[in-house]
Amino acid sequence: MTSAISARGLRKSFGSQTVLDAIDFDVDEGSVFALLGPNGAGKTTAVHILSTLMPADAGTAIIGGHNVATEAGAVRAIIGLTGQFAAVDGLLTGEENLLLMARLRHLGSAAGRRRVDALLDQFDLTASARKPLATYSGGMRRRLDLAMTLVGDPRVIFLDEPTTGLDPRSRQTMWNIVRELVGRGVTIFLTTQYLDEADELASNIAVLDGGRVVASGSPDELKRRIPGGHVLLTFASADAQAAASTLLNVPADSDVANAALSLRVPIASDEVGTVREVLARLDGSAIALEGLSIHTPDLDDVFFALTGNSATAHPATTEAAS
Amino acid sequence: MTTLTTTVADSTTMLRRNLLHMVRYPGLTGFVVGIPVILLLLFVYVFGGTLGAGLPASEVGAAGSTGNAVHDYLAYVFPGILFIGIAGIASGASIGVAIDMTEGIVARFRSMAISRTAVLTGHVLGNAIQGVLVSVILVGVALVMGLRPTASPLAWIGIAAIVALVSLAVSWLGVALGVSAKSVEVSSNTPMVLVLLVFFGSGFVPTSTLPGWLQGFAEYQPFTTFIETVRALLFGADPGPNLWLALGWAVLLGAVGYVWARAMYVRKSVR
Repeated sequence: MTSAISARGLRKSFGSQTVLDAIDFDVDEGSVFALLGPNGAGKTTAVHILSTLMPADAGTAIIGGHNVATEAGAVRAIIGLTGQFAAVDGLLTGEENLLLMARLRHLGSAAGRRRVDALLDQFDLTASARKPLATYSGGMRRRLDLAMTLVGDPRVIFLDEPTTGLDPRSRQTMWNIVRELVGRGVTIFLTTQYLDEADELASNIAVLDGGRVVASGSPDELKRRIPGGHVLLTFASADAQAAASTLLNVPADSDVANAALSLRVPIASDEVGTVREVLARLDGSAIALEGLSIHTPDLDDVFFALTGNSATAHPATTEAAS
Repeated sequence: MTTLTTTVADSTTMLRRNLLHMVRYPGLTGFVVGIPVILLLLFVYVFGGTLGAGLPASEVGAAGSTGNAVHDYLAYVFPGILFIGIAGIASGASIGVAIDMTEGIVARFRSMAISRTAVLTGHVLGNAIQGVLVSVILVGVALVMGLRPTASPLAWIGIAAIVALVSLAVSWLGVALGVSAKSVEVSSNTPMVLVLLVFFGSGFVPTSTLPGWLQGFAEYQPFTTFIETVRALLFGADPGPNLWLALGWAVLLGAVGYVWARAMYVRKSVR
């Protein structure tokens, strides 16, 4: 597979603050790449550099074979950007926003009209097409924003936190749209603070923290490197909890709410096996269980694991720094 | 497409966007048009009696005295109010651009393969059209109030050209102030300087009646040359060197505004 996006040693500082500290990554054509990180990790800066909005201090970025710094025009012709803050014209209607994009993409009036109508339909905006944006919900604005990006049929799309602040249904809609785009061979560069979003959509993830890529790989590879998955057991009485604690050799955990009545059993390798074993052993000793829930690693776990302790630097950290 | 046709096409698209804004939200345009009309009524009917009587005979000008102070002052002050109106459009341009700069839409435009300054040109053209609109309305109101210009068709063309040129120049300056402004609030205030220039020139009283230390400046500053040119052309007089000074100032101000706006726009890539 060829790389749609390739970045080597990208650096950016604002004054004395280093925002990107020599980051490298490659994005395969027709795949979703997620840059995962907390607020202030440098995700948006990376998007701004790649989408030609801002020059990097050092390093190179190649998109579709064109250098972002020296061939900005060629790069702009093949990319689409949907920023963190809906990049729509709030004084126009949805339809007018799309027609504006069609004209700026020089589609010609008949072709532009057809494209706009198709997008309004695809993004479920036909009913509100002629209403001012003031009447649009957050989800509708985001959908319009993405539709505007798609007017020019970009080969590479940057989605900067596309679902931040959206309700679960709008989030699902957004995810479906992204999957459909990838199905058509579009390359997606996604930034997100949500591990589940990266997990759902991306084939490759880079975890960005403090301007460095602290880990990268497929979602499964990353999750395997992250401890924190556990089965939470709750008991009706403190006696049952104490008995289970001894039986399973799991100490009571003071971090857990209602610690006297619950236990946190780490997941060794797979969830089903762990649950099956725990239930079998509790049944064998006739210990009554009141509730059970499975906790998979979340972004907090990722960051505790990958960035929490500098003394046990992760291999990826040293790799990125070298 | 060549660069030039792309630039023209993209600027036209952006102009259409700005015209839609004006039609959709006529409030700002109404304000820009309404204020100079109110000022015209105020200066002529409230202050006109006194100010008109105080005009030196040499300054009643080509219009010739009608023997009515209010009418004399209408003829004198009209070009001043006209340029108050044209200077006032700078605020609209400045606010419009400043709002654009704070929203994501500009980031989108920048990431697209479109002419770099098309978005600014769209603001300038839309705004210059407002300047022409303000001028036409002011001429209409002044005619109703009793202004009787004696300009030849050629002189009217000259007036129209000056109005259009100054509108463009003022719009580029307004756009530059809007791009440079740190906030929308700031962007609405800085262009007021242009309106003030009319007061420190020959807009309301002859420069010869101003304090001596101000006269040198007042006589040659851009707005005095614009006002004097229109004042002469309206009543069939020869504007003399003021015409060339006015053209020079308009081109210079427009060029400064353009270069400044473009540089700031490129520099302020992303907030």
